[in-house]
Amino acid sequence: MDIPRELAERIDEAISHYPVMKRSAALPVLHLLQEHFGYLTANAVEWTASRLGLEPINIHELVTFYPGFRQTAPGRWHIRVCRTLSCAMAGSHDLMDRLCRLTGIDRDSTSHDHPFAVSPDGRFSIEFAECLASCGTGPVCLVNDDFHEKVTADRAEALLQHYAQ
Amino acid sequence: MSRSEVSYLEGRQPHARERRLVFRNIDRVGWSTALSDYLADGGYEALKSAFGRPPADIVDEVKRSGLRGRGGAGFPTGVKWGFINPQNPKPVYLICNADESEPGTFKDRYILHQDPHQLLEGMIISCFAVGAHLAYIYIREEFPEGARILERALAEARSHGFLGKNILGTGFDLEIYVHRGAGAYICGEETGLIESLEGKRPYPRIKPPYFPAALGLYMCPTIVNNVETLCNVKHIIRMGGEAFARLGTPGNTGTRILCVSGDVQKPGYFEIEVGKITMGELLNDLCGGPKPGRNFKAVIPGGSSAKVLRAGERFRIKRGDEQVEIGLEDIPMDFDTLMSCGTMAGSGGVIVLDDSRSMPWVLHNINAFYSHESCGQCTPCREGSLWMEKITGRMIAGGGVPADVATLNSVADQIAGRTICAFGEACAWPTQSFVLKFREEFEACTDPANLAQPANPEREAQRRYLHPA
Ligand SMILES: Cc1cc2nc3c(=O)[nH]c(=O)nc-3n(C[C@H](O)[C@H](O)[C@H](O)COP(=O)(O)O)c2cc1C
Ligand code: SF4
Ligand code: FES
Repeated sequence: MDIPRELAERIDEAISHYPVMKRSAALPVLHLLQEHFGYLTANAVEWTASRLGLEPINIHELVTFYPGFRQTAPGRWHIRVCRTLSCAMAGSHDLMDRLCRLTGIDRDSTSHDHPFAVSPDGRFSIEFAECLASCGTGPVCLVNDDFHEKVTADRAEALLQHYAQ
Repeated sequence: MSRSEVSYLEGRQPHARERRLVFRNIDRVGWSTALSDYLADGGYEALKSAFGRPPADIVDEVKRSGLRGRGGAGFPTGVKWGFINPQNPKPVYLICNADESEPGTFKDRYILHQDPHQLLEGMIISCFAVGAHLAYIYIREEFPEGARILERALAEARSHGFLGKNILGTGFDLEIYVHRGAGAYICGEETGLIESLEGKRPYPRIKPPYFPAALGLYMCPTIVNNVETLCNVKHIIRMGGEAFARLGTPGNTGTRILCVSGDVQKPGYFEIEVGKITMGELLNDLCGGPKPGRNFKAVIPGGSSAKVLRAGERFRIKRGDEQVEIGLEDIPMDFDTLMSCGTMAGSGGVIVLDDSRSMPWVLHNINAFYSHESCGQCTPCREGSLWMEKITGRMIAGGGVPADVATLNSVADQIAGRTICAFGEACAWPTQSFVLKFREEFEACTDPANLAQPANPEREAQRRYLHPA
């Protein structure tokens, strides 16, 4: 694992926020690693465990539990479309279908354990997320860290084009 | 204290029936998350006045205000704080629950993204009151921008001496850190949250004995409060507990933010005095009524876990010493009335369904949420939530059998009351109430006559329950 100095410093800083118990820094460290590498490998799990003085299983069980952690590489832009009720009523499932069609993503390959699929050109990946706490402005989605509201299916193409540049 | 006139962005002006306290600065013209804006508006004055009083006084003030938690359960905040034993030798922690993930709820989002210092001021006062020197804001991972805004606000507050050692020369020390979740709904449940903050899977702890106020973070006394609750503390100190208690209705004091989504003309957030408006006023006056040509069919009043209410249903409630019968639109939006109507005010998320919706389809969407989010510790919840999803799934796909209606209900009945945390109830209540109140739709979509192929045109009205709205 090649951890650049700046990342190592951010990890040290994160750990310092938990003066009572280093283990509490598990989620923040995993977030930093995932942000840097795009997803979490077995190496990242082992590295995190040893950095926090834990067994790898203590970290592995987090990566497999929390939907926010990924074990495979996402696209350059990772899209999370809200699946839940208010957005579904506003058309978020149509949005999902349209995004998949436009990016050439086949969601049939997804499952509970592999929730997202990547486009053939590697630019986009898509998954459903549960209620993103903006139910009044659905359908909503996240593209990496950017939040988008009122993204009806007819706006799917413009959304993708915004990131295609 | 200088509190200037506020104007709001075009199209985002509060409704005349609103009473903006916590949401005063949301969509405000010329407002930013910077500390300078907050200070220019009288920010951190409540903190300074709190520091001039003994902590026990602050707890009493909050008790007098009658404030009830805005996270879901509506538990009196002052009473919760009072559970911290002053003689306890262990450190005390405070956690702000910013996990906001109950479907239908979207209020904390705006506070976190537009008014972070209000939350910090409320938190610092609360920490001073309960004697906490270390606090965390547990924010859901899907608010990355919110987390950055909070980090910046914390840095500003530190550099102005509102955080750190010897705050404002009072001798009081406090550090607050942001902790990001990782996309799991169960982290909103306070003991699951605590496990998550300890770096573990967020498996909720059993109560008793693990009441956070006794055995919380690192097995120390811990106060967990919702974002909106902690913001209210600032206003209670600013205006006094008694003045706060005059807002709203007795036992249901102050304001609260209602989030309306689904089938209304103008969905959105509305800060209202608790119990001062009815469901009908909320949906018709504030939200512009049903969509053209539609009628309201049902309302889920407090986040997706709350039991559904049906249009036309009659409710018996107490008004003064009298028992009166009221309809859906007459229900005052407060904790106690919604509870006597057999549901709950919950998180303030009001989801509206009109007559274009198939109730089995709606329930299936809700069931899919709970089966995905069950933490899996308790067999009834883990297995039951999955079975409920499977059954509603095959119902709306046209593969149901008549016995499914009773099976669905019995699965739900076997979850509620038999689990470690309240998620068990949260996932059983939708199924129980939907099947009870909209039985005909569930029966229609499992009736072999309706499933016969080719389609019988006379059955179209029934068959529509099979298809997604
Ligand atoms: C399954 C479940 C999910 C919850 N999610 C949240 C949440 O997202 N935000 C929140 O503030 N409270 C949530 N709660 C309620 C918390 O457990 C806790 O009661 C609350 O944070 C206490 O704060 P309050 O007294 O200020 O309301 C949830 C409870 C359950 C059972
Ligand atoms: S009720 Fe469900 S969510 Fe709560 S602890 Fe049990 S399995 Fe987990
Ligand atoms: S249902 Fe999509 S944000 Fe809540």
